Amino acid sequence: MIRRSLLKLANPQLLALIGVLLINWLLFPNFFRVTWQDGRFFGSLIDVLNRGAPVAILAVGMVGVIATKGVDLSVGAVMAVAGAVAATMVVAGYPAPIAVVAALVVGLLCGLWNGILVAILDIQPIIATLVLMVAGRGIAQLITEGFIVTFTDPVLIYIGTGSFLGFPMAAVIALVLMIIVTLVVRRTAIGLFIEAVGVNRAAASLAGIRSRMLLLLVYSLSGLCAAIAGIIVAGDIRGADANNAGLWLELDAILAVVIGGTSLLGGRFSVPLAVVGALIIQAMNTGILVSGFPPEFNLIVKAGLIFIVLVIQSPLASRLAPPRIKPVAKAAAK
Amino acid sequence: MAETGYALEARGIVKIFGNHVALDKVDFGLRPGEVHALLGENGAGKSTLIKILTGAYQPTLGDVIVDGAPVTLNNPQHAQTYGIGTVYQEVNLLPNRSVAENLYLGHQPTWFGFVDRRKMERDARTVLARYGLDIDPSSELGAHSVAVQQIVAIARAVELSGKVLILDEPTASLDRNEVERLFDIIRDLKAQGLAVVFITHFLDQVFAIADRVTILRNGKLIDTKSLDNLTRTDVVRLMLGKDIAFSGATQLEENRPLGEVLLDFKGYGKKRSVMPFNLTIHKGEVVGVAGLLGSGRTEMARIMFGADSADEGTVSVAGKPTSISKPTDAIAHGFGFCPEDRKAEGIFGDLSVRENIVIALQGKLGWFSALTRDEQMEIAGRYGESMDIRAASLDMPIKLLSGGNQQKAILSRWLATDPTFLILDEPTRGIDVGAHAEIVRTINRLRDEGLALVVISSELDEVVAYSSRIVVMRDRELVAELNGENINPGVIVQAIANHKDGVQA
Repeated sequence: MIRRSLLKLANPQLLALIGVLLINWLLFPNFFRVTWQDGRFFGSLIDVLNRGAPVAILAVGMVGVIATKGVDLSVGAVMAVAGAVAATMVVAGYPAPIAVVAALVVGLLCGLWNGILVAILDIQPIIATLVLMVAGRGIAQLITEGFIVTFTDPVLIYIGTGSFLGFPMAAVIALVLMIIVTLVVRRTAIGLFIEAVGVNRAAASLAGIRSRMLLLLVYSLSGLCAAIAGIIVAGDIRGADANNAGLWLELDAILAVVIGGTSLLGGRFSVPLAVVGALIIQAMNTGILVSGFPPEFNLIVKAGLIFIVLVIQSPLASRLAPPRIKPVAKAAAK
Repeated sequence: MAETGYALEARGIVKIFGNHVALDKVDFGLRPGEVHALLGENGAGKSTLIKILTGAYQPTLGDVIVDGAPVTLNNPQHAQTYGIGTVYQEVNLLPNRSVAENLYLGHQPTWFGFVDRRKMERDARTVLARYGLDIDPSSELGAHSVAVQQIVAIARAVELSGKVLILDEPTASLDRNEVERLFDIIRDLKAQGLAVVFITHFLDQVFAIADRVTILRNGKLIDTKSLDNLTRTDVVRLMLGKDIAFSGATQLEENRPLGEVLLDFKGYGKKRSVMPFNLTIHKGEVVGVAGLLGSGRTEMARIMFGADSADEGTVSVAGKPTSISKPTDAIAHGFGFCPEDRKAEGIFGDLSVRENIVIALQGKLGWFSALTRDEQMEIAGRYGESMDIRAASLDMPIKLLSGGNQQKAILSRWLATDPTFLILDEPTRGIDVGAHAEIVRTINRLRDEGLALVVISSELDEVVAYSSRIVVMRDRELVAELNGENINPGVIVQAIANHKDGVQA
């Protein structure tokens, strides 16, 4: 039993994360140094957790969508909308909890909208979510009336920059969210149904799975996660920037999910591994930053990583690598 | 080489894909001014032969001969220059361009290098008039019915080619009046000396329009004959092969007292898919469904299960009227359905054998009462054993299993839901002998346990062996219900061909 869980840990994503961290350590010997200061931890490693949290949260929502053979391009824009809602509401004098709940509800509705386009109107996910990707920033700009809305509300700022037991609040939220979502999809049948719909929607419908409800659920979750990330980012900069909040983060989230081993063709998925994927991306970003390379390298390295992951997932690679279990004829239970 | 009088001829065509022989020394001759039907079940090689005649494929061996001279057809455009035009089942024109543009695309009349739209539309009007179409040539093609689009496609093919017209299932999505209209046009073209190849699954249409027929089976030429000397029964027998007809070898199960009525379909049907049918199904009986491919067998199964929703008629389950418009309705009533296309609609290739078996039961239980892994293992193991599913592990992806074991897993999926009624569409197609026997055994066992089953199969011997009753589908219509002890595959063949001379028995 112990051996099996150890083997489970030795998966490619965790090895890759360890690899990236070790490379960072070679380039920047102080990488693993963590200090305690003002009641919280400091260090590059903590920075990876903190900076990686928004994309990790997006990935928690995105992984379900991608497992159903879909994609959600709107999450970056939904972050901006949620940030704008929370910021304008606290500036207008509403208490922070109400502003946060309102922002979460708006995010949920954005996700539901995507879900309706995909599940009920049968629009291809990439186009359906492109609508909100474009419109969302416009909506955010309307809410903020074109300004960067700054605020001083301590609760919102705590969500973005505070710490809990010494760890950055953003990372704690990402961890809790990951655990809740993992438990929900794996302790109920939802995870199995998501995989079934992603592998073969026609067969799923004939097997009596309500695939429409399921799609509404995963897109709504993705919207909700985007809203959480949006609130964190707004709290971090103490303001809502409709133009730049969450800009291009949908692509990082998709990349995180793909690195986490979920195929864009749908099917098998893992929420924790998608989070690990987000940490790998952030570890590379932080590594390039602290080791003194120009940040332009970031994009090149990221592109190289995408290329490697896609090659590993390509049909060519699966042809080259022999299947691990051979279809040997053998009585099942004897 | 003697002058054959053929407009288009294929001689000794062999086509090999990998190590699969799709066509084996097939000869095919097409005379000017004839309508020549090309028949065969799926996989017989019809479409491969058509693709060779239109230049889409190159033959491995053999010659394509146009007007007595061997030619090499590089692609369909090249074949057009030899006068060979094709119209496919799915109209492959541009629905968002005008009718005239579709007629002349790539060949527009020009005026100093610009498309002369006026002339094009004027010409188009004349051409369409010849086909009895009075529509505005500048209107969008997509705005017209499929039948009109089909005629435009034919007009284009004839205008561009003009010697040979190949029609690949042109009537599959037309209603009866539209088919008649199409046939009038085909008769006109025939009178003009065009050679027409006509591919269809509808035997009535073959007898209505064709002069000669060529039958393929498993890539081999069975025969080319004039239809004057053939009955429908002869044609069906040639298509299905095996001289089973009138052998009288196997008999239906002896008449047993029928169980209570479980299902009653009355006037149940769906437009353009299945004509309304009446069917009563009792507990503890197997209703076999026979019919050629495309006869509406699968469509009937799908509306019974709610995979497509019926638009007329009523259904009652155990005496209570109900409505079945989606699979979840059917499953709630205890139905199960093993679809014909196992790979596309049956299995979840990347999921494990275990998950494939429990999924329908889990679907019935809903999102929140999840089976634990141990429960899943127990259920999958139980059926793995009783159905003899041969897999190295129940956790391996089902796509690695053989077709027969996949089929057993899908059957197990429904048995796990404790069904009262199962619909099996071609449950034994493409599986090995051992799995075949296991599935036939299971069908018999389930009937004895009191389940109601509808089993669709092209294997007549097999249908006769396990069915309590047989219904015959032809041209989307339930045309005969065969009961009694004197029924054998021969009678079924006759019923498939033409129920009028078969069913009174």
